[in-house]
Amino acid sequence: MPQQWIETFVFFAWLAGAAAFVLGLHRMNSPATARGGNWLSAAGMAVAIVATLVHVATRPGGLGTTAIAIIAIGFLIGGGFGLLVARTVKMTAMPQLVSLFNAVGGGAAALIAIDDYIRVLGTAEETVSTAIFVVLGVAIGCVTFTGSLVASGKLQGLVPGKPIVVPGGRLLTIALAVLALLGTAALVLGAGGAIALGPAAKLFILGAIIAAGLGFGVTMVLPIGGADMPVVISLLNSFTGTAAAMAGFVINNPVLIIAGALVGAAGGILTKLMADAMNRSLMNIVAGGFGGGEGTVGGPGVEGAGGSVREIGPDDVAIQLAYASSVIVVPGYGLAVAQAQHAVRELAELLESRGVDVKYAIHPVAGRMPGHMNVLLAEANVPYPLLKEMDDINPEFERADVVLVVGANDVTNPAARSNPSSPIYGMPILDVDKAKSIVVIKRSMGRGYAGIDNELYTNPKTGMLFADAKDGLASLVAAVKAV
Amino acid sequence: MNAELLSAIAIFVLAVLVGFEVISKVPATLHTPLMSGANSIHGIVLVGAILIAAEADNAVSYGLAFVAVVFGAANVVGGYVVTDRMLQMFRRKPAAAKAGPKAGRGAAGPG
Repeated sequence: MPQQWIETFVFFAWLAGAAAFVLGLHRMNSPATARGGNWLSAAGMAVAIVATLVHVATRPGGLGTTAIAIIAIGFLIGGGFGLLVARTVKMTAMPQLVSLFNAVGGGAAALIAIDDYIRVLGTAEETVSTAIFVVLGVAIGCVTFTGSLVASGKLQGLVPGKPIVVPGGRLLTIALAVLALLGTAALVLGAGGAIALGPAAKLFILGAIIAAGLGFGVTMVLPIGGADMPVVISLLNSFTGTAAAMAGFVINNPVLIIAGALVGAAGGILTKLMADAMNRSLMNIVAGGFGGGEGTVGGPGVEGAGGSVREIGPDDVAIQLAYASSVIVVPGYGLAVAQAQHAVRELAELLESRGVDVKYAIHPVAGRMPGHMNVLLAEANVPYPLLKEMDDINPEFERADVVLVVGANDVTNPAARSNPSSPIYGMPILDVDKAKSIVVIKRSMGRGYAGIDNELYTNPKTGMLFADAKDGLASLVAAVKAV
Repeated sequence: MNAELLSAIAIFVLAVLVGFEVISKVPATLHTPLMSGANSIHGIVLVGAILIAAEADNAVSYGLAFVAVVFGAANVVGGYVVTDRMLQMFRRKPAAAKAGPKAGRGAAGPG
């Protein structure tokens, strides 16, 4: 009887956890309630984990010493690592960290499914449905494990951000997918008794599916350019949720199913929102080839390299800024990399104290992820109301005296509006070129993340201030003070 | 298919629909924290890892369960902490700056 009571309690605790995830995600819809929402979700997670510990400790037979050691030591190592990197990572490195956490989540889901398959192999529990969920959990989990690691490596710079096209790479990807599908069919039919397979053969096939999944994750993400990485991470995040739900079916646990399905669906919607912001279809992105560069420089790019670029010094920029009535700052990833968010805030406050109206134009995918730039600027205490989203700020560029582009490139490229042969054609951009004067702080004439030339730099209204974002802004602050 | 599996599938489908609805109206500003928040939630695999650790009775299972617990714990703890760090930056500051333009760095007034 008490055992039954405990089981009921555990079930309701799991349910409470799942409800907290739903409500927590919902509260993350608005800045005011987002932090509380995350706490609610974390509390639900804590309740679900404690209930699980109670569940395994109180059932008949209890918990062996080895199991206790595995759980305790494993939690300390994994949790300790997670806590350490989450607290110490620079805000600019956040997207790759999220991708890393996503990778281990997917890996854990795959391991759970693998373990359960080995356990049920040859027993009455090895049914067709079990085989289906195991194979799905393993395959999706493995894809998201390596895929997220590659995505993380690309953002960190460990793997080149440019699309890596291996000859025959697409064929290899398709071959791996076919291999995984054949393996799936074999294991499902084997479980149903339609074909006779021994346990050793089944394990071998499972191994092949694991290898195919791991390989697929790599070959899927490698050819995708860095500019599309946010969308890919979001997609893989959705995959991990799905893998967790499949693992939930395998071990027959409701909270895994609910939380996994929730993340799978929510991640899917988020992926679509991000792809929409870049005006790209998901198929397009996954098919790869964004930012090949070489094939598209025939037009304005060549002139750009040809030297019709106008260089401008900090003192000239300072005069323009100090006597402007309206300045719009366009921050990009270069600003984030240089950790120049504090410097830009300092410059903006200095200008504001002179009566200049300063606003920030935030492209939806500025930085490396949607909303990334808002987070960075908020960290530097830039007042939230000054951050304007693309649709709100675009009509204001015409009236702006000076636009200061700091480390942003592709999101300001007018080719996205005017040049149908450009790979970023159709991507919504900030209409920076409509301003009366444009100043670009940039380290060199190097290309942006999409690997294409920016005709904004050869615009007669544009002055280029070649400097690191932080140094450039610091010299502007000094120059404005001297005006 | 047994009744347990059927109800599990029903739960799955309903949870998918909830997932679609819960996300549809998020401003772009919150996309990164939201992705990170969703990322923490699939750390629920830690529950699965604990369950298989409890079932484990041979070296292979012990090994798989151990790695799964490490992975799951990193996902959960790291995920929530990094999400909180992102959201911390949206704390009340903007409202405060608006309310008291005389105080500190709000000196230039709004906008």
